[in-house]
Amino acid sequence: MALDWSPLWLSLRYAGLATLLSILVALPLAWLLTHRRFPGGELLDALANLPLVLPPAVLVYYLLAVLGPLDFSWHTAVAVSAIYTLPLLFRMTRAGLEAVDHSFENAARSLGAGEWRTFRLVTMPLAWRALLAAVLAGFARAFVDFAVTALLANAASIGPTVWPLVPIAAMALAALYIGNRVRRGQVSA
Amino acid sequence: MIQVRLAAHGVDVEFQAASGITALFGAAGAGKTVILDAIAGFVTPGSGRIILNDEILFDGASRVNLPPRRRHCGYVARHWALFQHMSLHDNLLFPPADLARRERRRRVKEMMERFGLLEAAQRRPQDVSPAERLRATMARALIGEPKLLLVDEPADGLDIALRAEWQKVLRMVRDETSLPVLMAARDPDTCFDLAGNMLLLDAGRILQSGPPRKVLDQPVGVEAARLLGIRNLFPAEIVALDPGRNTSLLRLENFELAGPYFPGRLRGDRVWLCVEPGELHATAHDGSRPSANQVALRLERASETPWNVRLEFAGGIVAEIARRDFERQRKDNDNKEWLVEFPPHALRVLGCP
Repeated sequence: MALDWSPLWLSLRYAGLATLLSILVALPLAWLLTHRRFPGGELLDALANLPLVLPPAVLVYYLLAVLGPLDFSWHTAVAVSAIYTLPLLFRMTRAGLEAVDHSFENAARSLGAGEWRTFRLVTMPLAWRALLAAVLAGFARAFVDFAVTALLANAASIGPTVWPLVPIAAMALAALYIGNRVRRGQVSA
Repeated sequence: MIQVRLAAHGVDVEFQAASGITALFGAAGAGKTVILDAIAGFVTPGSGRIILNDEILFDGASRVNLPPRRRHCGYVARHWALFQHMSLHDNLLFPPADLARRERRRRVKEMMERFGLLEAAQRRPQDVSPAERLRATMARALIGEPKLLLVDEPADGLDIALRAEWQKVLRMVRDETSLPVLMAARDPDTCFDLAGNMLLLDAGRILQSGPPRKVLDQPVGVEAARLLGIRNLFPAEIVALDPGRNTSLLRLENFELAGPYFPGRLRGDRVWLCVEPGELHATAHDGSRPSANQVALRLERASETPWNVRLEFAGGIVAEIARRDFERQRKDNDNKEWLVEFPPHALRVLGCP
């Protein structure tokens, strides 16, 4: 019996693109949140983690609400997959950057290097194992993730019963935000 | 010349330092690293002003805050912070410079030669000897021709040979450049040996500053004396003073001691008496009556230092005598009663806070 391999290649391609898209967001975001303090930073952190706790159905409903009715094309599939992969990639990337001893980066700065040079020549080479692990985990996540894509494909039949789900996401966001603060010891648990 | 006034993370200090080594001396948590990091630009102070050779690095009032790369401060971190993924040669080549490639390489080679690193040049930091790591760190900090060198107490945890190497490198930097060097130090020996000036830090404040020898001889108070590791500090009252005969009488908790005249003190002053452990004469008590300035004390503990024996007596009095003397005394003394003599010339007094 001849096997049809084309779905596998398709999945690999989608997962690869989704991972790429996701890391392009996760890495700068993780760098920003580990190296700079700015208002709204913690909210951004919670937002990047949100897809982690939202059920796939809710996520798809939101996308439909934000983007309007979607045609199911490979673009949307990749974009949605990337969003779903983001929290995992972001968390691992962030942990990887946090693990780099600041004294190396500070040494680079005092030697006259700007932030980009410091990142490229010091932070990246010291964190690359963690970053590679993050990318691989993200790829695996995107590759096996079927729920979102399947839901998205059938989105038209589900219909936009979206608004009742707003409180769910709001509560999830609040929980993530508070969880982050507790982790950093800004709130006594 | 660096002028610093800053308040950051519980530290509140004001000082300046010219060429030569200025030691920031204090216990862990006194704020030494915060001060160095604020000058280097790694930590933003809440307020203050930092000026290096007429250039403002930081000014809280006018919101000037130069990034670290534009401050021209060489920084030697506590654990060296040599880049592990580069050879020593590439570590030295790291600082970007507006120089032609050949000129940069020539300068790196020159610096490696100066610090005896040519043999280890192509190896990574983790593959060279600790002494080479140390020299490479210093070479890297100097290659960008900084206007100020900041050194964060690496002497901690160095073994004896490495400590000697470290002092050699620091002495070389001090003698061959005119750089101001700010060095955080917890090790008094390095401080006294190398620094021309020291700032005594306690809980983020400067208690005292001046040449190390002077600070050690005349601590401003009992807190400063404790920080400097001075033992044998006892509260006392001056009950007699005679400038003509150069004598005085001090009353301690349980006994009285004759001392020299203390200029600037008055009868009735409450002071801290301070005696170096090595200046006390301790002999086994043979039952005779203690003579003047001798006190009979019970020995609580004897511990060995490389050449001496440290004797701790009741009441917190510490004396150090040569091991040979101790062995000789112990033979005919098992009852642990000792006579401790306080020679008048060894008595110093510090003011009460």
